[in-house]
Amino acid sequence: MRYNEKELQALSRQPAELAAELGMRGPKKGSVVKRRLVKLVVNFLFYFRTDEAEPVGALLLEHCKVAQEEPSGFSISFVEDPERKYRFECHSEEQCQEWIGALRRASYEFMRRSLIFYRNEIQKVTGKDPLEQFGISEEARFQLSGLQA
Amino acid sequence: MKLNERSLASYATSGAPADRAGFLFQRAGRAAAYLRRWFVLRGNMLFYFEDAASREPAGVVILEGCTVELVEAAEEFAFAVRFAGARARAYELAAESQAALEGWVKALSRASFDYLRLVVRELERQLAAVRGPAPAPPARALPPAAPPPGPAPRENGRAAWSTAAPTAPGPAPPPPPPRRRASAPSAPAAFARLHESYGREVRALRSLWLRGRAQP
Repeated sequence: MRYNEKELQALSRQPAELAAELGMRGPKKGSVVKRRLVKLVVNFLFYFRTDEAEPVGALLLEHCKVAQEEPSGFSISFVEDPERKYRFECHSEEQCQEWIGALRRASYEFMRRSLIFYRNEIQKVTGKDPLEQFGISEEARFQLSGLQA
Repeated sequence: MKLNERSLASYATSGAPADRAGFLFQRAGRAAAYLRRWFVLRGNMLFYFEDAASREPAGVVILEGCTVELVEAAEEFAFAVRFAGARARAYELAAESQAALEGWVKALSRASFDYLRLVVRELERQLAAVRGPAPAPPARALPPAAPPPGPAPRENGRAAWSTAAPTAPGPAPPPPPPRRRASAPSAPAAFARLHESYGREVRALRSLWLRGRAQP
């Protein structure tokens, strides 16, 4: 699949929501732990060799599952292949929880559901649609039907 | 750079309805002809397929840090998705009707994660303002009000949003270091500015377009 790699590289240089040096293991069997600088920017997780400016790779964080892995690590897997896990090792339980929380909130889908939730709550209290003043109240992607029960 | 392309393809063709889908003409290169492709906008990703029946996207445009503009071209209903930077590329596209043009331009210019995040932050703030001190939303429902204050991330990236104002009663986060404070306006002011600048750009483009249309 073609993609705008230059822009993805530029994105990797943007301010991060969270960044740290973590141990990382790829999804293939028998892969070893490598030290990587891991950086969360919008809904992408970039990972760099610790002394390089360009990322080795990026993971789009949509339709993924973030799970805790003992003792103080987590894994990311994707809906279409749940056994294929990218594993990360943190230096503490606290750091691990911080990353798990941030990664679960990092998807566009999560952001969209948050918007629908807040919109609905504000409407319940004020009787007004807060999206109207921004001219986006009719957009299909923000309708209540987008919220899963 | 490695990218989880299989997951990307799966996201493109997942069951949920897309934010926008339809045929657009895409120009392969500067002097090339326009090719008709099926485009699917999902989140901040614009996927394109050889045709509507293709099972996998031919490509994707990651829509962060781009602007969407109308263009003067021999082709009708032409617009472009442009990125910043030297030798930056532009995706030259054309819609099949005026209505489609306007719909795509609006959808693409508001598709970025950044934009959505600003809207969410603003709504968070508004909800806190109308509710006052209130019980947190049920655990089953959505996000905690703000990420817990913690040590600033190390390395080259600043955490641009980690110093958002607290949106729920509770301990205030530690004051940001002076460098960050100087460069990070409060979320609602930033959003209002962004919205105003989008509005100005859209009004300018619209008057350009109207003028062009008035000429015989």
